[in-house]
Amino acid sequence: MHKYSSWKYIIIVMAVIISLIYAIPNFYGEVPAVQISSTHANNRVDTNTLAALEASLTNNDLTPLGEVFDGKTLKLKFADTDTQLRARDFIQAQLGENYVVALNLMPSGPAWLSKINANPMFLGLDLRGGVHFLLEIDMNQALKKTLDKYASDIKRDLRNNQIRYGNVIVGQNSLTVQFRDADTLQQALNQLHKDLPDIQLNDDGNGGLQAIISEMQMQKIKEAAVKQNILILHNRVNELGVAEPIIQQQGNERIMVELPGVQDTARAKDILGRTATLEVRMVDDDPTDVANALAGSVSSDKELLVDTSAKNGSSKILVNRDVELTGDNITDAQPGFDENGGAAVNIRLDGVGAAIFKQVTQENIGKRMAMVLVDNNKGQVVTAPVIRSEIGGGQVQISGAMNVEEANDVALLLRSGSLSAPMNMIEERTVGPSLGKENISKGFHSVLWGFVAIAVFIIIYYQVFGVISIICLAVNLLLLIAALSMLQATLTLPGIAAIALALGMAIDSNVLINERIREELRNNKKPHIAIESGYTHAFATIFDSNVTTLIAGLALLAFGSGPVKGFAVVHCLGILTSMFSAVLVSRGIVAVLYANRRIKKLYI
Amino acid sequence: MEFFRIKTDIPFMSYGKITTAISLLTFIVAVFFLLSRGLNLSVEFTGGTLMEVSYSQAVSLNDIRAKLNDNGLDMATVQNLDSPKNVMIRLPNRGHLNSVTISNQVYNLIQNEGPNPQLKSVEFIGPEVGQDLIVNGLMAILFVCIGILGYLAIRFEWRFAIAAILANMHDVVIILGCFAFFRLEFSLTVLAAILAVLGYSVNESVVVFDRIRENFRNTRGGTVPELINNAITATMSRTIITHGCTEMMVLSMLFFGGPSLHNFALALTIGILFGIYSSVLVASPLLVWFGVSRANLIKKPKQREEAVV
Repeated sequence: MHKYSSWKYIIIVMAVIISLIYAIPNFYGEVPAVQISSTHANNRVDTNTLAALEASLTNNDLTPLGEVFDGKTLKLKFADTDTQLRARDFIQAQLGENYVVALNLMPSGPAWLSKINANPMFLGLDLRGGVHFLLEIDMNQALKKTLDKYASDIKRDLRNNQIRYGNVIVGQNSLTVQFRDADTLQQALNQLHKDLPDIQLNDDGNGGLQAIISEMQMQKIKEAAVKQNILILHNRVNELGVAEPIIQQQGNERIMVELPGVQDTARAKDILGRTATLEVRMVDDDPTDVANALAGSVSSDKELLVDTSAKNGSSKILVNRDVELTGDNITDAQPGFDENGGAAVNIRLDGVGAAIFKQVTQENIGKRMAMVLVDNNKGQVVTAPVIRSEIGGGQVQISGAMNVEEANDVALLLRSGSLSAPMNMIEERTVGPSLGKENISKGFHSVLWGFVAIAVFIIIYYQVFGVISIICLAVNLLLLIAALSMLQATLTLPGIAAIALALGMAIDSNVLINERIREELRNNKKPHIAIESGYTHAFATIFDSNVTTLIAGLALLAFGSGPVKGFAVVHCLGILTSMFSAVLVSRGIVAVLYANRRIKKLYI
Repeated sequence: MEFFRIKTDIPFMSYGKITTAISLLTFIVAVFFLLSRGLNLSVEFTGGTLMEVSYSQAVSLNDIRAKLNDNGLDMATVQNLDSPKNVMIRLPNRGHLNSVTISNQVYNLIQNEGPNPQLKSVEFIGPEVGQDLIVNGLMAILFVCIGILGYLAIRFEWRFAIAAILANMHDVVIILGCFAFFRLEFSLTVLAAILAVLGYSVNESVVVFDRIRENFRNTRGGTVPELINNAITATMSRTIITHGCTEMMVLSMLFFGGPSLHNFALALTIGILFGIYSSVLVASPLLVWFGVSRANLIKKPKQREEAVV
């Protein structure tokens, strides 16, 4: 038998060392931490915040054990959960509402491990506890709202131009307007084409007009609805204070929300599932009222709200409790440009809204009006423009002192309070923290005892080669854990099952090799030759059988969802690591043991 | 130590008729139960709500049922999970029940039925989701079949590919039949197990096929059934040892893995047992039946042009 070439040894040793480094963090466990991030682009977490916080924490006996700052979020480690909880409350009070202060866990290994990105595996919800929601956007509602908007636009335009119309019928994805005669119809068609070019209108052949939402428009409406709802969900999740929330679009009209570590699931459901409303209220800018309010005495008909449009992000604004207009009267809000080319938001109101708006603006020239987004009984001012003149006709433009991005945000927020498509929760998975811990221990014990049983049997059965096989199996486990940690793949209970199964299946390669060597010996081959041809013959079989298993694994990966995906990732990785360890590693060990030596008898 | 030191080849192929008949029979029985009883699909497929609540002491299921009945939740199934302290409640999606808030409502109703209640887990699946899962599951099985057929057809020959797929689909149907017969819950993890078994049993067939190919190439004499018998006998030891080891791991999951891995391990166990049987005693007779011959696997040597008379 030839000596194994040295580059193969180098590969094996390197792989094992690197795997050890990346697998180690999993055994260190985690320490409680508090994570701080900003909700608003205007007030970032920076090194100043960090220094100030540290000083005040130390003064209050809440000195953090360590901190990690990645430019956006700041994580502070604490000794125990009690200090962590107190620190969270303290920091929240210190920083105010514009920061998300959440509980989290951080790897407790030495810092240099985190520096080279050697972090523990990311645990799935079933192992760490938390909530998973799948929300579906009610597209029929979104379409209906669009059609309702069209209907009111058409009616208003026809009325303004004194064209008489009959019934307006809103259907599933089209609407029809009826007219007395063909002349009026033609007149209406011409007028509407001119005034409302966005709406596709046709003569329906029955003396009426028909507006149909085209496939492309439908796609646009869907995309906008998903985008808007994701934004709303982000805002709400921020309020929940979750350390690592995941909010993702899934498919065409679904949004997945995962909140690891959330305990109060009823509240989470409540906050995510509620609907936001938009209210237009008048601002009280009277200096004495404002000063009093800021000092703490707000009169009962007013309230002090956060102004999110303010540049420093935290200024308060005093607003009347009386609601002039609600989001129901707003038919659209879009970012656009004013006549000077500055960024603006264009708001369109329905008939009732337009009338009220005209009156309100007429009475309050020179004052400010606030657009308040009320989410879960908590209002925030989206924007508070000054009224320059009376505005009639239902077309409102807010402009000045904003950039294009801000105009986009404002428009989105206004829409989210008025015409967002409703979402339904179609899937929920809640796992309590105790069940998560149980699952980890059950999974761990399954792997442990299965491994022990296989090890005992194989070592008795194949002796020296049995020991080699088990070393390979252990290396396989190490590689698999390291690979999962490096990829930061999410480990779930089915994932642990896949680790167990990968080990149970990986032993096959070793058995194939060992059986083949025995067979060669039985045919009176010399030990060296037996090993050599045993490996050569077994390899083709190992390769073929692993490829077929991999095909099944890839199918799981491609079509699986949820728990199946977690299983599939580990399954596929396990097949790859087992090929490496069974072929390369076991061969290497055998070469070290037997190369260039006379062998009287092989213990197999 | 060595369990299998078989001197002469076992004439597996001469049992071909009997084993194929047995397979056919189990297959038909499995299909029968699958059709007559149907699969006991989990909430993931059917939609509905599944909750697990634990108390620090054993609680009366009847009290909980009564409480839910009184509040109009009479279609709830209440069962113990693992121990009398753990209660599992299942609710179908029906009319007004089709909402996420139902789990909060149930928990509020029953949390006073025992000391220290704890809501361990909730799973709510709307009716929109299940359909996708079934379609995706079938797609996955189809994908695996096509992939394996293609690979084996290229590496071996089409007869081998079809024999392997038939033998292994037969395993899948038998697992499904067992789940239908015992009314075991068929969940997404069980589906994962079935697909893993599909890959794993094909792997088993491949080991035998590999040996058959080797025998075809290296041995001069012997009929096709003889060579197949020899291949099966030669790989016999490996088959038993490997599957024994895999089964040890699976049993470990069955005993230590708790309820979530229970059916997963069970599906694997059935799959492993029938996997051995089918790749040895179904795939190989099929191969003979398809008329596999030495020429199918050995590249024909180029015929030298010779002068003919």
